[in-house]
Amino acid sequence: MKIAVCAKYVPESTAARRIDPQTKRLDRSGEGALNPFDVNAVEEALRLKEAGDGEVVIVSLGPERALEAMRRALAMGADRIVLVADEAAAGSDLVATSRVLAAALERESPDLVLFGQQANDADGAVLWAAVAERLQRPLISQVAELSLEDGKARGKRQTEYGYDVIDAPLPAVVAVSDAINEPRYPSLKGIMGAKKKPQETVSLADLGVGAEEAGEAGSRTTVEALNDPPPRGDTLKIEDDGSAAEKILEFLQERKAL
Amino acid sequence: MRFLVFLEHHEGKLQKDSLGVLSKAASLGGEVEAVLLGSDVNELAGEAGKYGAQRVHVDDDVLLDKPLPQPRVDALETLLGGQQFDAVLFASSVLSADIAAALAARLDAGLNYDLTDLAVEDGKVVGKRPALGDSVYADVGWTSEPRLALIRSGTFEPKEVGGRAEVAPFESRFQDFSLAATMVEQAHEESEGPSIEDADVIVAAGRGLGGPDNFGLVEELAKALGGAVAATRAVVDAGWYPYSTQVGQTGKTVSPKLYVAVGISGAIQHKVGMQSSGLIVAINKDPNAPIFEYADLGVVGDLHEIVPKLTELVRARKAA
Repeated sequence: MKIAVCAKYVPESTAARRIDPQTKRLDRSGEGALNPFDVNAVEEALRLKEAGDGEVVIVSLGPERALEAMRRALAMGADRIVLVADEAAAGSDLVATSRVLAAALERESPDLVLFGQQANDADGAVLWAAVAERLQRPLISQVAELSLEDGKARGKRQTEYGYDVIDAPLPAVVAVSDAINEPRYPSLKGIMGAKKKPQETVSLADLGVGAEEAGEAGSRTTVEALNDPPPRGDTLKIEDDGSAAEKILEFLQERKAL
Repeated sequence: MRFLVFLEHHEGKLQKDSLGVLSKAASLGGEVEAVLLGSDVNELAGEAGKYGAQRVHVDDDVLLDKPLPQPRVDALETLLGGQQFDAVLFASSVLSADIAAALAARLDAGLNYDLTDLAVEDGKVVGKRPALGDSVYADVGWTSEPRLALIRSGTFEPKEVGGRAEVAPFESRFQDFSLAATMVEQAHEESEGPSIEDADVIVAAGRGLGGPDNFGLVEELAKALGGAVAATRAVVDAGWYPYSTQVGQTGKTVSPKLYVAVGISGAIQHKVGMQSSGLIVAINKDPNAPIFEYADLGVVGDLHEIVPKLTELVRARKAA
């Protein structure tokens, strides 16, 4: 059983974030980390591996320096990293990113591809479906519980209406929610051993992806302009002096909210 | 301009958000068409006319019975293979986000997601997309056709315009891998009362509530106001309240007329799920809680004192 976890290098969540007015992209020059939502996917992969046996490969698209952040997954117990690091891939949108990741995954041909729920630096949460499409594999997303049995993945999917249970024959693509598990902390031994595990950096050429198929050239969307958010009306703040409930009622009546 | 709007439905009803997107498309002018996929959905197709669709493309097929994304990608590819649209619009949901993203890969067509507005400027479709926790709004565009767009849930209100839609049946060609995943058990609405996405009034509670037993306070207030109860992620994670009521980045996006936030600090993850609410009232004992920055009325005080009193006052006022 080979499990690939797609992981993203994102700016440290504590860092102030800004968009570069020139490139209109998120400024990624500061400290980075393994996307916290992907840690749940790594944890799930490790649990599946420990229940049977197999290999867990981290597959990522990002700058060279992402490798260090990705080592956290190795320290948790993943076996190796494949990082697609290529200047030509910077600024890739969904169409381009999914193309590059799918090429990296095809090279690995895993039984199961796992994604985390979202990246904490983009509110998209759509990548897995595009990757599943490119790999032509069945997909289950928003999975809160996952099991493998008889060559099938069974996922309990959170929707707006409750929980669905979906079966997908392997090889499959599964995106897990962050409610699926409580990720482990890397042990000291794990951290010490992480550096010695295989960490491969590959280029677009290694994957057979042309430079014009990735990055901005391979993208189909653009950012035209950046604007300030629309203003919100004035806010009113009061301290409760025992009459707060009355004041709220008055306010609701004034604004015709009752 | 020719738009195609994906209509989602659940238990025999067209989903409100997708009707909202349909109304928005109709307001932009041009030809507005819709696509409806499912099994036994022919009757629903007519409904879409009321919200501005001139034509509804319908594939009524048992293979489209369950709300799984991949067969729907095949269906849309079939439809788009024979018809040219400038843009294909989706109201974002668990299902439609998967469909739109997979369709983007299938067609190599650009997808802009999390849009909070759409406009036609100089004959071009422009999407508005908030970024960095809504502190920046980007104008986004497409370099390919059809332009695919996912609209943030709760963004557009459906508006009845009273038209009629022509129903145009079509037959999808399916791929083997698209039919590989199967639904073993399908969810049904489990919550009582109005679902939070359709509610005009929401009373939401966060960790400041202190414990699951105190949800009674919130439920009473919601009942008095005729609204639904929602919860923050912290509260849902702690098992105090069901996931179906979760508002925020990883839960639902809501825009009721009135949102009462009780014991919620208002972190950005929560804000993105409720900030388009009409009126926001926040009760929190921490005067520095971020929610006060975007509440129309912020009350610094003890929710255990204020909420029951407010419930009484609302009840008395409604009875009068």
